Amino acid sequence: MMSNWVDACSTEDIEAEDLIRFDHGGATYAIYHAPDGAFFCTAGRCTHEDIHLADGLVMGHLIECPKHNGQFDYRTGEAKRAPVCINLKTYPVKVEGDRVLIQVA
Amino acid sequence: MTTRDYSMLGEDGRRAVETGLAAAEWYHTEVSRKVMKDLMQRNDKAAIVDTLILYGAMIALAAAGIALWPSLWSAPFWLVYGVLYGSASDSRWHECQHGTAFKTPWMNEVVYQIACFMIVRNPNTWRWSHARHHTDTYIVGRDPEIAIMRPPAFAKVIANFFGLVDSYNGWARMLLNASGRIHPEEATFVPPAEFKKVIFVARVWVVIYAATFALAYMIGSILPLMVIGLPRLYGAWHHIMTGLLQHGGLADNVTDHRLNARTVYMNPFSRFVYWNMNYHVEHHMFPMVPYHALPKLHALIKHDLPAPNPSIAHGFREMWPALKRQLHNEEYYVRRVLPASAKPYREDFHQTALGQVAGE
Ligand code: FES
Repeated sequence: MMSNWVDACSTEDIEAEDLIRFDHGGATYAIYHAPDGAFFCTAGRCTHEDIHLADGLVMGHLIECPKHNGQFDYRTGEAKRAPVCINLKTYPVKVEGDRVLIQVA
Repeated sequence: MTTRDYSMLGEDGRRAVETGLAAAEWYHTEVSRKVMKDLMQRNDKAAIVDTLILYGAMIALAAAGIALWPSLWSAPFWLVYGVLYGSASDSRWHECQHGTAFKTPWMNEVVYQIACFMIVRNPNTWRWSHARHHTDTYIVGRDPEIAIMRPPAFAKVIANFFGLVDSYNGWARMLLNASGRIHPEEATFVPPAEFKKVIFVARVWVVIYAATFALAYMIGSILPLMVIGLPRLYGAWHHIMTGLLQHGGLADNVTDHRLNARTVYMNPFSRFVYWNMNYHVEHHMFPMVPYHALPKLHALIKHDLPAPNPSIAHGFREMWPALKRQLHNEEYYVRRVLPASAKPYREDFHQTALGQVAGE
């Protein structure tokens, strides 16, 4: 299948240790700017309930969900803290110039 | 007049799911992302200081109580010790369960485990139950933590001021779990992978209680139980007093925390014991904000909230008559006036599901 890279945002759009929401093709993604400068992308909604992670808090490499404080490692999608049990889907990211691209298919 | 069905498997719960009242979108006061990010920041310092004060005070008070035992002069020390054991454990359990007390996860976990023991709530069971209270706050048939149902069971509420109902349930569940069994109700929300941990913790607790009883038997005195176990009863009144104010007499089946939660200004001692949960509307709207940042959050959004009750006594004067009225009229609730600066209550969020909004 053809890889589908989508231009999601500028590197300037996300502060270090923060995230933004990105909607594309009817789906919602969360794009993260790690404290070390790297960018990552996961599904935009928590796997516990249908809550947007974009209102949550990034701490190091963890994203904490704003509803029940469940946590995921956004680099791997791994569920790290109850009540989340199901891992988040992750998507490849690349930076070209000042653009952040995510591979959504 | 309708009769509410509070069972998690009952008609009201089913209807709430069907109509979209469950897992609904709730009203939030607007706060910019930048400000909210600052408010959400974790910090170990505040909770370390508070925890040292709490445990230091408990050790000193218990030591004084033991030294003066069995004289009546020991009573004041036990009374304060009891509140720190039987009530502050409730707020520590709560805040550490949210993971917002400390920045360092293991510190949250240690205080959480100790608080769970004191309040007699299995840490591995209760970790999962509080989430629903935040998803479906006071939605009948969905929220398992509705403290006062309609019509209110006053005898149970009053017995709980002495910890009688909650601690009986906690200890009975501990014994069941220690025997290697999981209650069918907890099996509905605790993942099976956690069952082993539930049982292990229950067994550790049984050993602690057994050692305490053995010591009491050996020395022929209830003194060891005054330190471990009994303060869950004689010190429970404070967390029941503050806990009832959280939602008592307010609306149910709504999706705006301004209608179903209460912010009450309290004295510094109660705020310490309660870890600022008196800012309860704020906590429900933004559960990621740590307890130490709630006064700041309150100052920021109070223009959009009903005026807080100025004291615990004032809160009770508002709540108690409303509860009494609910004995005869389940639909009655206190509907507080919003300031002119506030966005109006979003009745449309929940009105369809409710059918109609009653109260005044
Ligand atoms: S919705 Fe994310 S932790 Fe519950």
